[in-house]
Amino acid sequence: MKNKFILFTVIVAISFCFIIFYKGLNNSNTYTPKITDKKNIPIFEAKDFNSNAYLNSEKIFEEDIFYIINIWASWCVPCRTEHPLLMKLSKNQSVKLVGLNYKDNLNNAKDFINEFGNPYSQIIIDNDGTLSVEFGAYGVPETFIIDKNKKIIRKFVGPINEEIVEKIESIIK
Amino acid sequence: MKILKIFIIIFLSIGFSQSKSDEKSDELKSKILKNIRCLICQGQSVYDSESDFASSIKLTVEKKINEGSNEEQIYEFLREKYGDWIIFDPKLNKNTYILWLLPLLLFLFGGAIIFKRLNSKK
Repeated sequence: MKNKFILFTVIVAISFCFIIFYKGLNNSNTYTPKITDKKNIPIFEAKDFNSNAYLNSEKIFEEDIFYIINIWASWCVPCRTEHPLLMKLSKNQSVKLVGLNYKDNLNNAKDFINEFGNPYSQIIIDNDGTLSVEFGAYGVPETFIIDKNKKIIRKFVGPINEEIVEKIESIIK
Repeated sequence: MKILKIFIIIFLSIGFSQSKSDEKSDELKSKILKNIRCLICQGQSVYDSESDFASSIKLTVEKKINEGSNEEQIYEFLREKYGDWIIFDPKLNKNTYILWLLPLLLFLFGGAIIFKRLNSKK
């Protein structure tokens, strides 16, 4: 009876370890923060890309429509690949794109916009990266969807593709 | 001359208390940064990392300290933005209770077995 109990305990312990390690093998080693949690937009003040004037978040997101925040930089290669898709999204009337220019040289950023086009209704500057932290970003490019209640409802890490554009369009319908 | 001496003493004491408070906030900043995980070079703390993300977090923590936030408020802010994982020392909640309670349960279980054995030998 005692031996049976020990055997049973050992089997349970080994099975438990096996399941934990097996599950661990299937998980990615790199952690990515949850991308579907609804969060309030941060309250901030930022410099406008064109006028250099300070704008507050209330003014930037004042309209009762969906907004897309796209974090970009002229030095970021994936930003170039997603730019035509942002141009396409900017034609959609039910959404406004706000660009957040991340740790960039202003002249290079202006050249980038002149060369590839401007999909943004407004561009704000994040010189030191702290504004991106307020949004919960940790790289470039990143794209956030903000709904009419001024909540961040979705976030896409890395460059957007056709599939993501379709997803965005279905959300903002 | 007396007035000049008093001025010098006041000036030095203000300077001394200022440098003391700077030292304190630097210590707090280092303590917090050592407990924040870098999401780019995972496994490294923000304190040790030189990544772009780490430098943004360093500046954010500095800003928050200057604004008067305390250690727990800064952790809470980062948790809200990036999840529990960003803090090396996780809080006890529904996602981490196994992590906290399992060693204790194993310890109690092992202790109970040893206690039982010792008792049966007697």
